[in-house]
Amino acid sequence: MTHSPDVLIVGAGIVGAACAYELAREGARVEVIDSQPPGGGATAAGMGHLVVLDDNPAELALSQLSVALWRELADQLPQTAEFWTCGTLWIAANEAEWEAARAKQVLYPDSTLLDAQALYEAEPQLRPGLAGGLLVPGDAVVYAPVAARWLLEQANAKVTRRTVTDITALQAGAVICATGASARTLLPDLPVRPRKGHLAITDRYPAMVRHQLVELGYLQSAHGDAAESVAFNLQPRPTGQLLIGSSRQFDSDAPGIDAPLLRRMLTRAFEFLPGLAHCQILRTWTGFRAATPDKLPLIGRLRDHLYIATGHEGLGVTTSLGTAKLITAEILGRRPPIAPEPYRPERFHA
Amino acid sequence: MLKILVNNAVVHVPANATVAAALLHAGTAGFRRSVTGAPRGPLCAMGVCMECRVTIDGQPHQLACQTFCREGMEITAP
Repeated sequence: MTHSPDVLIVGAGIVGAACAYELAREGARVEVIDSQPPGGGATAAGMGHLVVLDDNPAELALSQLSVALWRELADQLPQTAEFWTCGTLWIAANEAEWEAARAKQVLYPDSTLLDAQALYEAEPQLRPGLAGGLLVPGDAVVYAPVAARWLLEQANAKVTRRTVTDITALQAGAVICATGASARTLLPDLPVRPRKGHLAITDRYPAMVRHQLVELGYLQSAHGDAAESVAFNLQPRPTGQLLIGSSRQFDSDAPGIDAPLLRRMLTRAFEFLPGLAHCQILRTWTGFRAATPDKLPLIGRLRDHLYIATGHEGLGVTTSLGTAKLITAEILGRRPPIAPEPYRPERFHA
Repeated sequence: MLKILVNNAVVHVPANATVAAALLHAGTAGFRRSVTGAPRGPLCAMGVCMECRVTIDGQPHQLACQTFCREGMEITAP
């Protein structure tokens, strides 16, 4: 005779794994189902940048909470998770962006505003003529597929590889849908649509770049609604490899490389870091973010015992840990660490 | 003959020599180090295996087997 678990999570990506970890810590018996190996979807396709973003107060609250949780977890993560507090350096290309950086600084208590000279001391390889930047030292990077597998191991969660076709038929005390951009195939009414991204990774060029570098214009790409956009976003891996992003693309379900868009993305990166044009790229790939109309995730009870944790777009690795706290608080009827209302799915059905 | 520098030592090589041939001629066994520190050298000698990468004139990850020596070229191969 088999007993249904306390919690059944559909989706073994970083969000599902974080929920499993948190619920197991609270004593729940957790099982996880995925059609792919753990961390094999968007979790493996993304950069694993653990970053605080401030486009709106809800995004700021969830990302601040989550980066703090990652920092608490850092010492326990295995070496292969490659956790590294390299910080984020937001680059201001001109005076207007530098003023934006100055305004942003208020929201980041530990940050340092850099003038042009300080910027080039921090990152000598950047092209000349930039205005400065904002250094956020607490941001970090992680190799998310390994982190996801570790979280599942810690949860002692049984992970079953199969495809779920009817999520409402699953038997458990609570069922969590954490399937990222493919949530719509299970729950067609969800306001989630795939937003394709490209990444490239280079060979090893140790110490060429020291911080995750993001142009301040990135937020226009991430939070705008353009059908296609690119922004300079470069991550030094602990191995010395450089992860080059980013692109955003709606209305494309094809996983193949879009060569013209990849060219735009790389050209943008070369504009900021000219030396990159001489580096060897080893691999390019794509993935699908789960985008919502208001750029905030869907976290909370959908109906009955069915919960949702998706729609994190490009911030899912960062906000997975905060998401898990919110979902766990709701399932157990506890007080959540931050106000949960902005993320509740019913905001689209009111 | 051409004069090149291999790890700051002068080496004379024929004009049509590849960097890989020059390094082997100079007695260099390890062209690069793997991630775990093991020595690596040319395996395929036709630009496929990527094992012969060296730093040429300051530019890392150049294929030694696919690059001809030039007068004054500086090669670093740990």
